[in-house]
Amino acid sequence: MKDVETIRNMSVETDKIRADFPILSRKVNGKPLIYFDNGATAQKPTSVIEAIVHYNNYQNANIHRGVHTLSQEITIAYENARTTIQKHLNATHPHEIIFTRGTTDSINLVAHSFGKKYIGKGDEIIISMMEHHSNILPWQQLCEEKGAVLKVIPINNDGELLMDEYKRLLNNKTKIVAITHISNTLGTINPIKEIIEIAHSKNIPVLIDGAQAVPHLKVDVKELDVDFYVFSGHKIFGPTGVGVLYGKEKWLNEIPPYQVGGGTIKTVTFEKTEYADLPLKFEAGTPHIEGGVGLAAAIDYVNAVGFENIAEHEHELLEYATNELKKIAGVRIIGNAKQKASVLSFIVEDVHPFDIGTILDQYGIAVRTGHHCTQPLMQFYNIKGTIRASFAFYNTIEEIDTFVAALKKAITMLK
Amino acid sequence: MTKSIEETEQEIIEEFEVFDDWIGKYEYLIDLGKSLPLIDEKYKTEDKLIKGCQAQVWLQSELKDGKVVYTADSDAIITKGMVALMIRVLSDHTPDEIINSKLDFVDKIGLTKHLSPTRSNGLLSMIKQMKMDALTYKQFKV
Repeated sequence: MKDVETIRNMSVETDKIRADFPILSRKVNGKPLIYFDNGATAQKPTSVIEAIVHYNNYQNANIHRGVHTLSQEITIAYENARTTIQKHLNATHPHEIIFTRGTTDSINLVAHSFGKKYIGKGDEIIISMMEHHSNILPWQQLCEEKGAVLKVIPINNDGELLMDEYKRLLNNKTKIVAITHISNTLGTINPIKEIIEIAHSKNIPVLIDGAQAVPHLKVDVKELDVDFYVFSGHKIFGPTGVGVLYGKEKWLNEIPPYQVGGGTIKTVTFEKTEYADLPLKFEAGTPHIEGGVGLAAAIDYVNAVGFENIAEHEHELLEYATNELKKIAGVRIIGNAKQKASVLSFIVEDVHPFDIGTILDQYGIAVRTGHHCTQPLMQFYNIKGTIRASFAFYNTIEEIDTFVAALKKAITMLK
Repeated sequence: MTKSIEETEQEIIEEFEVFDDWIGKYEYLIDLGKSLPLIDEKYKTEDKLIKGCQAQVWLQSELKDGKVVYTADSDAIITKGMVALMIRVLSDHTPDEIINSKLDFVDKIGLTKHLSPTRSNGLLSMIKQMKMDALTYKQFKV
């Protein structure tokens, strides 16, 4: 445990950080908002909101094509945003960063384009039991189209991948491995470096779904040697509707375009089109310009807070909340991996998660209830759904105390 | 003499007036949910299930002497309380009365948010299904 002085200093820091997030001072149902649904979407700091407002007030123009000053200015800002993301991920080139609509869009892009070129009848694609529907359905559909086979890495009861099973699933028919970095339901941090190394030893590329990971930890795509890494802007305190596909240059050059149209071409005749170089080859249509600019501001913000500070504070929150929940009779935590991010799923014996969520909402507490778009995982645990509290660096121990008290009240009411 | 739909709605509004905070209202709903075995287990089948995102609702209806009688159930207790209220208001009325009901008591007792589509709790779908059933009985005179 930390001493009182350290905790006091921490809460001073958190107070400063909370002041950066206007929404955190609002009330819900007459109570101060306690926002524990960061796994669904995270809140935006003032710097992100200001970047979006600034774009709309002073910079709005279309990018890449205009001769006029506004267009040139925003083109530079948008491309600077790409570079910010490249540096953040430690990617080799800015053109390895493709702007998409989000994680789901990024995975669909890879499944479509990689699948078109490399997946055939009888080939195998490996995912895991704990994947979000967004990292299941694009592969499932691809398998149906191509006559390929989806293989699933099983997990243990704590919610950890069975690595020996993974090794057994890999064979010369395996064409790609697509795994989540952090489970949105269980909080498990998967050993992705090891997963990638094992796949690469058989020359199989790996896609990592980083949607839940990017707000919690620093990702280094070069160190990981990952082939594709995808995430959404809104989970890292940026705007919705924008996301990222990082792909190694080699792969992005080899796979065909996904959506085609304006912005993706060099020359077009009715007979043939020559496509543009990276990254434009994958960015059809006018993009979410303010999204890109806002996302870069969000990345600058989290780096200013510092990932070491984030990890330390969130670990504190997770440990504290886990211990408090364990004290409540009838509460069962779902997901007890040794390596875990600040995502805390649980169920209450004989009580529907939806009822708990409804009562907590009356106390101004936002949690997620349901299957979290991981129905196969719910089937594995044989449960309808869970209540999920997911913490960000702006959450506090005091908020957890209020949450635990409200939860106890809800259980008394509902049982 | 059976009460009209509006009379039952008014009765419920008055019952809820005694609660000065949400806790009382919810406790009342939860009690309603707990105390009513609403549906025969044999009807809790896939085809009677109204699929909401989270809470499941089963609905069964039949026509008796020109009036629609509903039974229903839910696996979430607050939803079940709301279901019990709906049945109390609509059941045992003619298809026309049911089709034309406005159900504005939900707003007046301050629980409108349970009917917003974003709640995904199956309740709005249940009301639609109750009215659809009534419409079917009216059109086909079954």
